Amino acid sequence: MITIIDYNAGNIRSVQRACAEVGVQANVTSEPADVIKAERIIFPGVGAAPSAMAYLNKTGLDIALTDVFKAGIPILGICLGAQIILESSEEGPQRCLGLVPGKTVRFRLEDKLLKIPHMGWNEVTVAQPHPLLDGIGPGDEFYFVHSFYPQPADKKNVYAVSSHGVDFCCALGSRNLFAMQFHPEKSGRLGLQLLERFARWDGTLTG
Amino acid sequence: MGRHLDRLIERGCKISAMLSKRLVVCLDVRGGKLAKSIKFVDTKDIGDPIARARQYYEDGVDELVFYDITASRENRDIMINFVEEVARQIFIPFSVGGGIRSVEDATKLRNAGAEKVNVNTAAVKRKELISEIARAIGSQSAILSMDIRRVNPTKEIPSGYEIVINGGVTPTGIDGLWWAKTGEKLGAGELVINSIDADGTKDGYEINLTRMIADSVSIPVIASGGAGKPEHLYDVLTGGHADAALVASIVHYGEYTCRALKEYLDNRGVKIRLNY
Repeated sequence: MITIIDYNAGNIRSVQRACAEVGVQANVTSEPADVIKAERIIFPGVGAAPSAMAYLNKTGLDIALTDVFKAGIPILGICLGAQIILESSEEGPQRCLGLVPGKTVRFRLEDKLLKIPHMGWNEVTVAQPHPLLDGIGPGDEFYFVHSFYPQPADKKNVYAVSSHGVDFCCALGSRNLFAMQFHPEKSGRLGLQLLERFARWDGTLTG
Repeated sequence: MGRHLDRLIERGCKISAMLSKRLVVCLDVRGGKLAKSIKFVDTKDIGDPIARARQYYEDGVDELVFYDITASRENRDIMINFVEEVARQIFIPFSVGGGIRSVEDATKLRNAGAEKVNVNTAAVKRKELISEIARAIGSQSAILSMDIRRVNPTKEIPSGYEIVINGGVTPTGIDGLWWAKTGEKLGAGELVINSIDADGTKDGYEINLTRMIADSVSIPVIASGGAGKPEHLYDVLTGGHADAALVASIVHYGEYTCRALKEYLDNRGVKIRLNY
């Protein structure tokens, strides 16, 4: 059973439907008490970091997420959920969750032909092995929609990269937390397989 | 971080330099009891649009557009249910258009599972609609569709391309290039450029029109109207500077599969998603 955190930041139902498609039951909650009890968590989100963090702080979901991270519960961050797990974001002055050292930065592109948001299908290149990235190979593409991207301070947290004028981290991880800038729920079969692997993941780097 | 990536590249990890071009399939959907049929000008019924959508999804289409050709207020709820069903079966982005007249319409469709919504006639009649939708659901989800026909350039229509509305039948006197730029300024995140002249001809997209607009805006452009052969997609994605090519009848009637179109483009060096 997966618990999807609803913190007023979009795309919850599409993630839930994608879980259903791979035969995994997923419940949606906004309650810190439910998050604390969860076996497995998806932390999705689209939208802006400042309002998302304000909501998490107000509801106490920030503390709940930090607690489950420390407790070793498998957590999957998606899109905004891959950005606000870092310490800060250029999208606003607010502090973020700080589960992984680093910051979220805005695309600064010199090539005027490249567009922001980075929207569409792009190749994901595995930078170091991770159980959730098993089987992803050259030419595998995922769906992106974003104007900011995560930049972990330490390369050991970078698991996959993509390129849009600049090479950027598109999947990061730390222990039982794994997060991706792209949308597995909108990336066809490859994305669904990633969710399926998460549903079985024990939260370690070997399993 | 930068140095780490440099090392990855040195080790031979190929990192793609850009977004893939997109193959988009458009399905016309009728509301009411006929919501599950698809019709074209020859009124041939080609079946359940959701089953078709699922087929294209498995065949590797990058994005789908559902266009409600009845677009009446009575059919709004049916369209919402339809979108919810699509979202349960299709796990790639899709957009919905036809009869979207308000932010409420757009928000409901977005919440039902559409990644983007398309506005056309209603935005010409009241251009603030684009900004309102962009504010409510984000620019990246606000698509402006334009039906455009070729005319002799005049003072009012210097580009020689005029916007037509109501399904491509009512001329507006509005310059197509001006409208594309205005749409971008108002917050549209993407443009669909549908050439009325090319539509249905199967003689190829209107390359000049597509390139003129694509070069004048900094948001993605989807070319529409005229696809008859794989070469046409190649031409508009390269010489036409389009980010995506929209097709309908050439896949609906089984002349080409999505796979065949994409393999053709890949063979000619167009970056397109093939692993699915």
